[in-house]
Amino acid sequence: MASPANKPVIEMHKVCKVFAKPSGEPLAALADIELSLREGEILGLLGRSGSGKSTLLRIAGGLIRPTSGEVLYRGQPLSEPAEGIAVVFQSFALFPWLTVLENVEAGLDALGLAHDEARRRAMSAIDLIGLDGFQSAYPRELSGGMRQRVGFARAIVIEPVLLLMDEPFSALDVLTAETLRTDFLDLWIERQLPTKSVLLVTHNIEEAIMMCDRILVLSTNPGRIAAEIPVPLAHPRNRLDTEFHNIVDEFYSILTSRATESIGAQRQIHGGLAQPLPPVPINLLAGFIEALASPPYQGRAELARIAGALALDIGELFLIAEALHILEFAELQEGAIKLTAAGRVFAQSGMEERKRLFSEHLLQFVPLAAHIHHVLNEREGHLAPRVRFESELEDHLNPSDTEKTLRAVIDWGRYAELFTYDGETRTFTARNLVANS
Amino acid sequence: MEQHAEVLIGRPWHQRVPTWRDAVATLLVLAIVMLLGSGAHQMVAPFVAAQQPRISLSPAVLPVYALRTTLRMLAALVASLIFTFIYATPAAKSRRAETVLIPLLDVLQSVPVLGYLSFTVVFFVSLFPGTSLGPELAAIFAIFTAQAWNMTFSFYQSLITIPTDLDEVSRSFRFSGWQRFWRLEVPFAMPGLIWNMMMSMSGGWFFVVASEAISVGNIQVTLPGIGSYVALAIQQRDLAAVGWAIVAMTVTILIYDQLLFRPLVAWADKFRFEHTAAVVVPRSWVLDLFRGASFLRLLGKPIGGAVQATLRARLALPRKPRWLPVFALPRRAADVAWFGLLLAGLAYVGWKLMEFAEPELSWGDVTIAVNNGVLTFLRVVILIALASVVWVPIGVGVGLRPKLAEKVQPIAQFLAAFPANLLFPVAVFLIVKFVLDPKIWLSPLMILGTQWYILFNVIAGASAFPNDFREAAASFRIRGWHWWRQVMLPGIFPYYVTGAITASGGAWNASIVSEAVSWGPTKLSGSGLGAYIAQMTEAGDYPRIALGVAVMSVFVITMNRLLWRPLYAFAQRRTRLD
Repeated sequence: MASPANKPVIEMHKVCKVFAKPSGEPLAALADIELSLREGEILGLLGRSGSGKSTLLRIAGGLIRPTSGEVLYRGQPLSEPAEGIAVVFQSFALFPWLTVLENVEAGLDALGLAHDEARRRAMSAIDLIGLDGFQSAYPRELSGGMRQRVGFARAIVIEPVLLLMDEPFSALDVLTAETLRTDFLDLWIERQLPTKSVLLVTHNIEEAIMMCDRILVLSTNPGRIAAEIPVPLAHPRNRLDTEFHNIVDEFYSILTSRATESIGAQRQIHGGLAQPLPPVPINLLAGFIEALASPPYQGRAELARIAGALALDIGELFLIAEALHILEFAELQEGAIKLTAAGRVFAQSGMEERKRLFSEHLLQFVPLAAHIHHVLNEREGHLAPRVRFESELEDHLNPSDTEKTLRAVIDWGRYAELFTYDGETRTFTARNLVANS
Repeated sequence: MEQHAEVLIGRPWHQRVPTWRDAVATLLVLAIVMLLGSGAHQMVAPFVAAQQPRISLSPAVLPVYALRTTLRMLAALVASLIFTFIYATPAAKSRRAETVLIPLLDVLQSVPVLGYLSFTVVFFVSLFPGTSLGPELAAIFAIFTAQAWNMTFSFYQSLITIPTDLDEVSRSFRFSGWQRFWRLEVPFAMPGLIWNMMMSMSGGWFFVVASEAISVGNIQVTLPGIGSYVALAIQQRDLAAVGWAIVAMTVTILIYDQLLFRPLVAWADKFRFEHTAAVVVPRSWVLDLFRGASFLRLLGKPIGGAVQATLRARLALPRKPRWLPVFALPRRAADVAWFGLLLAGLAYVGWKLMEFAEPELSWGDVTIAVNNGVLTFLRVVILIALASVVWVPIGVGVGLRPKLAEKVQPIAQFLAAFPANLLFPVAVFLIVKFVLDPKIWLSPLMILGTQWYILFNVIAGASAFPNDFREAAASFRIRGWHWWRQVMLPGIFPYYVTGAITASGGAWNASIVSEAVSWGPTKLSGSGLGAYIAQMTEAGDYPRIALGVAVMSVFVITMNRLLWRPLYAFAQRRTRLD
């Protein structure tokens, strides 16, 4: 539908966004974003949490101003919410004190329409989106799917040129999300919507491929556009098609190769001491290893497949996969994950043996854990305050990654019985010492 | 001096507001009070008291008196609501306004209510000489000062905690300021505001009774109402009349609750922010009646429609034309200018204050006031401790029995709302009869009305205590003292603190009325800061009233900062699982 000849609805040039942390330190959320969304196009923004994709959407909606760079809406600079842009929110963001009809009419209030005209437009939007009969209900009486329908009706009632959708289906259960997606796509394909283009933020790869004409993949910390992938499939699309599958696989290989590259790169910096660790609880790691070791995977699984089978979203899946990759219990390769020999042994072992194996790997492959262990054994009293390691990490990581990394290393170190941590006094204690006393 | 948990907790603004601002705000309030007072002082001379309406002790006049008292309450409530909207909105929206308005509010609420009354009555009387409008306004103003502050705090807290997504929706729809206020801000703040209005009403009854019969120096004002009825009954030692007044007050409060607050609470249920349906939907027969009355609704429709249309209209200020140059100081420079201006203003005010106080007050006066303050402080602490020992076990016992709690809770709330000062004459009568030491036996009066806050908060806490914790405790056979220490007390602690904060604030406030009481010609004084302020008020000694009020504010603020706020923060920290 979209061709380069179509006019751009929204354009961004060199857009950066830096937030001030409560501590005052700047935190780069987005860097050097170049994008252009043309008429007739659904553009997907795909990324994990922390990639700044929602921030990017809010910049496109004029809700947040970029720190630097230029945003053009239909050729004009955009600095505040403009007429013709509507947002659909992940949390629905309905006014709980207004009925369905009043919620939809609220979108028209700012236009200053006459009462009758507003009522007519609201009713036709409600009709179009399949909410007939629910006009006088309050949002809390509706199911999640119906609430998001109100969210859609409220957005399209103002006849937006640009529709911004911030993970609109991710708070819904799988079936409801599917129905709502299909209904929306039907309206879009039949051109029943006045909307010219759509920007969809999501962390669900299949959803992005199902809906979008073009997908931008955002990397994390700071968010940059890591890849741009066109989806040249005709609507309606079918998940079971080979072509659909190929695109899904392509995505996973891009994501896995990026993940392994960045893990490799971080190992080079500062002896790997400042490598950010994904805070995945030990139970999740062990459960994943067990699942991967057993049939039908027998030690190797396509990420696309196992994600669906274990009902993990892409963010969770990659956190687990990266943690296992770092600990060398598994290896990421070409969109798949494969247990290492140690991983297989881990899956077969009992509790004591698992702990021993885990602590070996922790000391060998996580330099931070080895460092903490070393410091505790060197020190008199075998104690060390958290702040000591915190400040070391913060030389290389931003505060939120520092927090997550410490959370991971504390959880893993406790399990491996390398050291303990007291949350009240914020100190680490060597574990063998505790065991002796 | 309504003390509320929400206002005392370490919510965001407390971290942003260091204590020097409190000192500054205290200074400001004192200055305003003193200047008003000194201005009023000069106005006393030409003042000729209006014709005083005669108060009758016949029980037949009580319905009319009750109505007039209630009207004063309502007028003050409306004033408080308007004040809330006007004051809290800029405080929540402008960082610079916030640095002044919020600490100021904190001080305003720690000034004893009757402290305002002594200063403002002359001012209001002189505004409308010869009519009873002046004293009426003074009484309404006194009730307003008992009601407004916690409502304002509640509204401000709501405004700064508006959920991000609703804020973004409103902005992306480009609501005007007016639309945003009525569509988002007021509805979101509604549940908290209504709850605080109810709390305010409870406090208000106490002061409406105290503010109807005012005597400041040589000014004697009586307004027809339950308060002045009681005052006359005391003067004439008529215990039967006191009894009638208590009955009238009880009926009034019950009617008020049924006709105003029940419907309001039931109606406001739709403003609850949670997206889940309520377990118990508040109901009100009055609201059901009006909702069912189709003819009335037909009549009301045009009015409702007009109100709706007004609230939904844009009413936006015209946008600044693009060609107009944007005049904006750099942020830092503007800050410097703003705080410079503040400092200059403060310096001037401080100087004026010194000038006012110097010839009248000596350090000896300060020492006397502070010593009295210590006495009252001791009373408050001991009484809160005593009330806790009594009511915590009872509250837990009741709260763990849902059937019983359902019956007791409304009674506890009613007792909290009932103006305890109506019962004072009975107590005084007994003290006089049995020749007891007023220094000790007057003290319990301070807490007579406010101890119920401890009870009903503890009941609420015990009812909300998760059943699986109780079952876990039972299955591990935790009993006796261990059960209290490890299971129940930590569970109800945040609720208890909320109740104790309110009770302590109320006790300070009540001290002015309860430390010095009379029964006909017999006057009893228990010493203490409350008695000090009361005596100075009777003598019309403005500098010393101001001194007493100031000392009390300092005591209350200090107690909040050093005791209640840390306790509340501790309770919040320790009872969270995440």
